Parts: sequence; structure tokens; C-alpha cells
Amino acid sequence: MSLQGPWAVLSAPGLLFAALGLAALSMPFMTLSANRIVAGDGVLAWRVADPSATLPGLAAIVAGLMLGLPSGRTRLHLAGAVLGLGGVLWVLMQGASALLDGAGDYARVSPSVGFWFLLVVLMLLMADALAAMTPRPLLRAAFLAAALVATAAILSSGALSDLSVMQEYAGRRDAFRSEFLRHLGLAFGSLAAATIIGFPLGILCHRRSRLRNATLPVLSFLQTIPSLAMFGLMIPILGWVGTTVPGAQAIGIAGIGFAPAFVALLLYSLLPVVGNTAAGLASAPAAAIEAARGMGMTPRQRLMRVELPLGLPIVLTGLRIVLVQNIGLAVIAGLIGGGGFGTFVFQGLNQTATDLILLGALPTVVLALVAAIVMDILVELARPTQTVTQ
Amino acid sequence: MKVGTVLRPALVALLLALILRPEWFTPVFAPLAPEGGPVIYERTSLLSLSLSHLGIVAAASAAATVVAVTLAILVTRPAGAAFRPLSRSIANMGQTFPPVAVLALAVPVLGFGAGPTLVALFLYGLLPIFENAIAGLTTLPPATMEAARGIGLSRWQRLIRVELPLALPVTLTGIRLSVIIALGTATIGSTVAARTLGEVIIAGLLTNNTAFVLQGGLIVGLFAMLIYDAMVQIELRLARRMGL
Repeated sequence: MSLQGPWAVLSAPGLLFAALGLAALSMPFMTLSANRIVAGDGVLAWRVADPSATLPGLAAIVAGLMLGLPSGRTRLHLAGAVLGLGGVLWVLMQGASALLDGAGDYARVSPSVGFWFLLVVLMLLMADALAAMTPRPLLRAAFLAAALVATAAILSSGALSDLSVMQEYAGRRDAFRSEFLRHLGLAFGSLAAATIIGFPLGILCHRRSRLRNATLPVLSFLQTIPSLAMFGLMIPILGWVGTTVPGAQAIGIAGIGFAPAFVALLLYSLLPVVGNTAAGLASAPAAAIEAARGMGMTPRQRLMRVELPLGLPIVLTGLRIVLVQNIGLAVIAGLIGGGGFGTFVFQGLNQTATDLILLGALPTVVLALVAAIVMDILVELARPTQTVTQ
Repeated sequence: MKVGTVLRPALVALLLALILRPEWFTPVFAPLAPEGGPVIYERTSLLSLSLSHLGIVAAASAAATVVAVTLAILVTRPAGAAFRPLSRSIANMGQTFPPVAVLALAVPVLGFGAGPTLVALFLYGLLPIFENAIAGLTTLPPATMEAARGIGLSRWQRLIRVELPLALPVTLTGIRLSVIIALGTATIGSTVAARTLGEVIIAGLLTNNTAFVLQGGLIVGLFAMLIYDAMVQIELRLARRMGL
């Protein structure tokens, strides 16, 4: 409906992607700097290495963008996106080693604006194609697994190890591992604690509307408190608990570190868990409840066999919100000694070392995206009927 | 409601006192400060930090509102329909990006200062407003739209007089979400040298001065609660006026 006349054979988003992609090619693709702190000089995509080395990659990028042009050919769009991403990766690999050649011992190369822009454009082309194909949940899971395996293979192959962010990683391999586990511990641990507390509370809220009217506004006010303030406010509170309650210090409760971060995340998690549990249980159709009552089910049986199964997608949506939110908020823990990827982000900000910031921020973004996609798949699988037509 | 009528002025008074007369609270905060250390943050005036904080949030949210509503109008017109699925998936995926990561990633591109904070707040603020504006513009009651067409309103008149007013409550909810996220992210903005109230909290964290942390945290938290509450009240009043 968008393009008319002879232009109708072209996809409007495809045209936009091609234009943006070609514009991105005219921006600096990589940056070469003398060391890890100073600002570097941008290098255009076709200058990062010998033309004979970059040409196949550039051709793949342009061809990939062109494959996105024909209207309605979603599989072709997907193939174009994969081809283009391959091209971007090729140019990056060629450039990383060629630019460092003879540039000095402390020289660093990093991807620049052009690279990130092309990456975003091609990912959008892919997302647009995948959205149009509406793959079933299991196929989506397969796509995600394939993308993750490919990323892991590329990173572990060492083809990109000349990049500055990978050098930051190489120097912190062990720290990265432990901060990664700490980040997961914060995000999933607080999710588990919030579920243990929030799920029964949600069931109670569903049963007693007075409790519900008293609880939910308080929880939503808690959620408005800015994260840094919340993490900060936990420090005196838990510090006090640590020094006054006997035995609290022995299990690691102190004003600084893991405990305040964990409690802050837990408080943020309660609203989605409690609210969505109550909403999910309330979503069972009146006829189904009536039928269950007619069959002589006790309230407990009704809850387990009717209300919970029917409300499961909404309950899981609450957990999705919590998980994605906590993965992001756990970054703040880095400021109060709670560990996680935030440690790298704030160290990087202090040292103005861009690539150290990236080492913390990029895995966080990937983790949040993967969590969102996986939870979306679970929500869809939990729907009582697989054929949801809306 | 009755709780609100007492609590609201009390919280506003507390907030104003914390900002304008911080020295009144010396006895309260003194036990939390390190021995011999300063109890009340005096490096810069809390008022100017508050104004700068609110200014950054207001500027970013206003820009995000204008751009997001414009984009939502465009993709809900027939000519922009091809972009709707794409814009939806961008909004969905974009909201999984942690605000802190957006802020951190803006620094390499824009350097330190208020710039990256403004850009991060603006970009992140677009998504909830855009999503809600689309929801508002695509769930208009068909009978009303038919009536608007029937009385001979042009497409432009329908947009201005019928569609946008009807979509306003839902859009406002999006703006509220976005303002609250912006308030929180701006606090973290002080780690990239933006002048916000986060400065007080960070100063406290760096010098192990819990009094500073509590001061900054209370001010920012009160601001967030009161702004959230005010926006909810506006939404309720609007919904009541529209007879919803």
C-alpha cells in the first residue's frame, strides 16, 4: 500500500535499509588509536585493509542490502541480512589485523560508527524478515540457538582477537567469568526470591481485593524510585541490619556489596510478579470458574487446575518483565561493590576506556535480548491453544 | 484518596526542606556520616542540581514526546503502514536494552557531559511513548471514526479533533513511563559527568559517606514519587472528563 506504480515491486523498509546502509558505508568503519585511552582516527570501510582483502566483504554488504529490496520476498530479505552480516564481519576481520600492522605496540583498533550503524541496519532487516515470517515458537528457539552458536564460534575462533574490546577481555578472562556469574546470580537470584515471595502474595491479592488495593499502589511507588537512589538507600538499611541482627553478617549481609544490590532488585521485582499473578488468576473466564464450581472442585483445586493454567501466560509475562529489568538494573550493582558487568562499565567510565565500557555493556545487552526472546517463546508455549489468531 | 490529601503536601514540604534547607536535617543524618566528615552535601547547591536534573529530564522527554507521537501518527497512516511491523519490533527489542547500557554506549560516541545523557534519555524515552501512542491510535472505536467521517471531517480534521484526543490518555501513560525512566537514568547520568542529583549519591558512595547517599536518594526518590503521582492524577482527571 505504501509504494505505488512501478515502485510497488520494491519494499519500502527495504529501500530505507539500503539507503541507510549505503550511508553507513561512507562513515568511519573502524578506529585506530595509539593506546586504549586516547581518541583515535576513523578509517573508512574500503581503507581498513588492502582493497583485494576488503572487496569481497564490501560486495557482500552491498549485495545483502540489495536483496532486501524486492517487495514481499521475506526469505530473500533474511538471506540478504545474513549475507550482509557476513560481509561486515569479513571487513572487520581483515581490518583488525591490517590496521594493527606496524602501528605500534600499544595501538588499538575498534569498530566505529559505520560498523555499528551497518550492524543495526542489517539486524533490523533480519528482524523485519523474521517478523513477517511469524515462525512458530520452536523454530524461533532454533534461530536463536543458531545465532548464539555462530556468535560464540566467531568469538572463540580468535578471528576478532585483535580488536580492542577483545584485548580488554583477554586481560580479564577470569574477572569476566566471575562477574558474568555474579550478574546472573543477581538477576536470577532476585527473580527467584521475588517469585517465592510474590507468587503467594499475588494469589492472596487475587482472593482479597482489600489486600490487593493496599499492596499494588505501594509496590508501584517502589518501582518509581530511581535505581541509583534505591541501591543507595539499601546501603544504610542493610548496614544497620548487618551490625544489629546477630548472625546477619555471617551470611553476608552488609551495607556494601551483594546484599544491598540483591534486595534493591528484589523490591523492583515484586510489582510485576504480584501484579501479573493477580491479573493472570483473574483472567480465567467466569464460565470456566462456574463450571469448575459446578463440578464440585474445592477452591484449591480450582486454583491449581483452572485459574493457574489459564493465567500462566500472564504470570510468565510478569517474570519476563522482571528478568529483563533485573539484567539491566544489575549493572548499577557495579557502583556499590555488588559486582556484575557493571563493574567493567563503571571502571571503563572512570578510566575513559571505551572498550572496557563495551566489555560490560555489550554482554548485558545481549543477555537482556536473549532473556526477552526466550521468555517470549515460553509465554507463547504456555498459551492454552497454539493457534492464536488476532 | 484521603491518605493522599494529607500525605501529598507533607511529602512536598519534606522535599522542599531537603533541597532548600538541608542544614535542618543535620541531626538526622549526622549518625550516618563518617566521623569528622561533612554531614550535609555542600559542594554545589542542591537547588541547582535539582533544576539541572529536572531540566535534562524535561528536555529529553519533551523531544521524545514530539518525535514519538509524530512517528506514531506516520505509521498509522495508510502511507506508512509498511513500516508498522518494523517499528513495532524496534520498540519491543529496544525496550529490552537496559537504560544504563544505552547511557554507557552513548559515551564512546558523544563523550562525557550532559550530551550523552540527553541523547540516551531521548532515545530510550521514545519507545514507551511510541508504543502507547500506536496503541491509542489503532484502538479507536470504529463507530466514532465512522461518525467523524459521516459529518464530513477531512483526514486532517479527524486526526486533530478525534484521533489524537481519543488517544491522549493512553499516550499520557507512555509519557509517564518514559519520564520516570528518564528521572532514574538521569541520576546515573552523573557517572558520565552530567550535572544531576546522582552527583550527591555518587559522592557519598566514593567517600563512604552514607549521609550523602541518603540525602541524594531521598530527594530523587521523592521527586520520582511526586511526579509519578501528579501524572497519574492528570490521567485520571482526563479519563473522567472523557467519560471513560
